[in-house]
Amino acid sequence: MASNVKPRVRVPGKAAKGEIVEIKTLISHNMESGRRKGKDGKLIPRSIINKFEVTFNGKSVFSSDWQPAISANPYMSIFAKVDESGEFAFKWTDDGGSIYEKTSKITVS
Amino acid sequence: MKFFWRDITLAVATLSVAVGVGASSANAADWGPYQVEDRRSGYTYMTDESRAMQVDTFQNPGMLWVEEGADLWTTVDGKAGKSCSTCHGDAAESMKGIGARYPVVDEGMGKLKNVEQQINSCRGKNMEAAPYKWESKEMLSLTSYVNHQSLGLPVSVKVDGAAAPFFEKGKAFYYERRGQLDMSCSQCHEDNAGNMVRANILSEGQINGFPTYRLKWQKPGSTHRRFRGCNKQVRSTPFGYGSDEYVNLELYVKWRGRGLPVETPAVRN
Repeated sequence: MASNVKPRVRVPGKAAKGEIVEIKTLISHNMESGRRKGKDGKLIPRSIINKFEVTFNGKSVFSSDWQPAISANPYMSIFAKVDESGEFAFKWTDDGGSIYEKTSKITVS
Repeated sequence: MKFFWRDITLAVATLSVAVGVGASSANAADWGPYQVEDRRSGYTYMTDESRAMQVDTFQNPGMLWVEEGADLWTTVDGKAGKSCSTCHGDAAESMKGIGARYPVVDEGMGKLKNVEQQINSCRGKNMEAAPYKWESKEMLSLTSYVNHQSLGLPVSVKVDGAAAPFFEKGKAFYYERRGQLDMSCSQCHEDNAGNMVRANILSEGQINGFPTYRLKWQKPGSTHRRFRGCNKQVRSTPFGYGSDEYVNLELYVKWRGRGLPVETPAVRN
């Protein structure tokens, strides 16, 4: 179980209707790959974020499965076309079953 | 006639290639603030992707530690019931320039101290709190936060007066061969900066971006961790974190990067 996981997202506050906006996300997570050995010579159990999902007003806009080769503190940027005001919800799920969530509003004019 | 046209085309093609090469190398040589005279920040040896990662304060993973440091700055710890901000107030004001001018001579100790040592001395004397371990998350966070307040300021350490003997010791360390490979710092970072060492490109070994987020480490590391790594690579026994040898070396290496901007937290491969 990773400790002190802090998600960060950056979504533009305002956008024009139909505009394609860049959304940036970063989460502090040590993404233990399960391949490393500890001082006692035993494998350190895998503990990574294995799923990252983005929804907009409850509708899925992006979803990805993550694998052990993804670095610690993973950064992910996506592009989305926005037609209406609403809320982006971000959800990271890790091997321990912990869920980290963050939401961010956008106003479309 | 046919031959004539082909020659013209070839000549034009050659000309445009020459112009193209000339233009791109001129661009590559212009590093803006990241180069002062013949001194180049490690930034200039990175790939475009790593540079973009560093410059974008959101994408830069080292900023996670800076944010953590900002929290620690205002967290009360120790028996005295104080936080850093109790005495120092707003770090943006009080810590500005620290990252550019440390290590400095501490008259009480009669030797150099760097930012990490200053933090622990403050924690001991003023906060009556337990010192942070050198490479702990707390120490890296707070050092990153303090040094980050000097972002963009030119490195300017004092090497004369009381600091002079320590500077000379640091310089001697830099040129002294050590380890089974019998190598000095200068042989890689002075004589061969820009050349490959196996799969890695050697930089000048500037420390203006420390604590630096190293992609290989997947976290930030202190200057002394970097020194220890280098010493191990030439198969010499590394000195301890915060040892006099390394603090002296830190002053000398920092002086080598005088004028370069503080980049904390820098991103390196």
